[in-house]
Amino acid sequence: METKLTVNGAQKVVDADPRTPLLWVLRDHLDLTGTKYGCGIGQCGACTVILDGNAVRSCQVLLSRAAGKRITTIEGLSSDRSHPVQQAWLMEQVPQCGYCQSGQIMAAAVLLSSNRDPSDSEIDDAMSGNICRCGTYHRIRRAVHRAAELARKEARKS
Amino acid sequence: MRRTKALNIVIDVALILIGSVVLFAIMPKVGSSATRGSSPAGNDAASLRAFSVVTSVLTSPRCLNCHVAGDSPLQGDAGTIHNMNVKRGPDGRGTPAMHCANCHQDENSIQLHAPPGRPDWRMPPASMRMGWQGLSVGEICRSLKDPAKNGGRTTAQLIEHVRDDRIVNWGWDPGPGRSLPPVSHEEFVGQVTEWVQTGAVCPEESQVTGSRR
Repeated sequence: METKLTVNGAQKVVDADPRTPLLWVLRDHLDLTGTKYGCGIGQCGACTVILDGNAVRSCQVLLSRAAGKRITTIEGLSSDRSHPVQQAWLMEQVPQCGYCQSGQIMAAAVLLSSNRDPSDSEIDDAMSGNICRCGTYHRIRRAVHRAAELARKEARKS
Repeated sequence: MRRTKALNIVIDVALILIGSVVLFAIMPKVGSSATRGSSPAGNDAASLRAFSVVTSVLTSPRCLNCHVAGDSPLQGDAGTIHNMNVKRGPDGRGTPAMHCANCHQDENSIQLHAPPGRPDWRMPPASMRMGWQGLSVGEICRSLKDPAKNGGRTTAQLIEHVRDDRIVNWGWDPGPGRSLPPVSHEEFVGQVTEWVQTGAVCPEESQVTGSRR
């Protein structure tokens, strides 16, 4: 069955069972492998993508829920790694092994879209669903603060 | 022989009299141990009986895990604090980047340990917590009748709520690995109806339900 999606701003038509998890559609049908498979049961956050503004776990979202919605993956956050969260991640050298980081970045981007200056506890609340086995949490928190600062600077310029 | 028979009759009559006096003394106490509505006293016992069944459902993990006192929902049959530092949020649907529906879908996951689901998965909002955790049975009962604590519902609307609400109904279809409430949904709705129709009487005893986590 064909399903229409908007992925990273582009219209896509996917021929798959409507009960296919979105993660499989992104990775296997659309070749967007930046989104990672972690646990497969919505417990780790590695597969986080943005669905109509929400940081959903794509291993749990069925294709039928995503139909007609706007989906952003790590590949579409910016065309040139210029999103404030991506810049901050580089500046703070956040990743260690890197496997969880696309999910972390997408969750951070959603947090900053609704909170321009989050406190430590607000960052912790927003990011607690994304597990990092390397334990880079202190750098993640620092990078979210830095990304917020970069985003505020950009907003002042424009 | 004749003397013994007469003595027995006297003893029987005395026992009947004593029994009647004791019964008469006990009966009013049933009513006075409960908060009555406008129901006739004869309905109080039926109402209390119905509410004891209702309570057994309300305090089961399927209900109590989200009807908590604090801001963290519980999970599983053990009622442990929800993983991932999940918080209630102002509208009961979570916090930024951690909305309930980010993981909880419109239906249960078929996988063990994966999130259960119904449309608009949520817990009570911060402005109407409906937290029963740590309350006595009587306190739960009175909070159910109080529109300031029950979402502005009349007792008749409570019946509709427990009968029709999608998340209430989810309690009897919770997905793999989760226990069911102790009675069927039909029985639960029937007992809520019975409780309301017999005056929605509340017990006053102080038995505490659940833990005060």
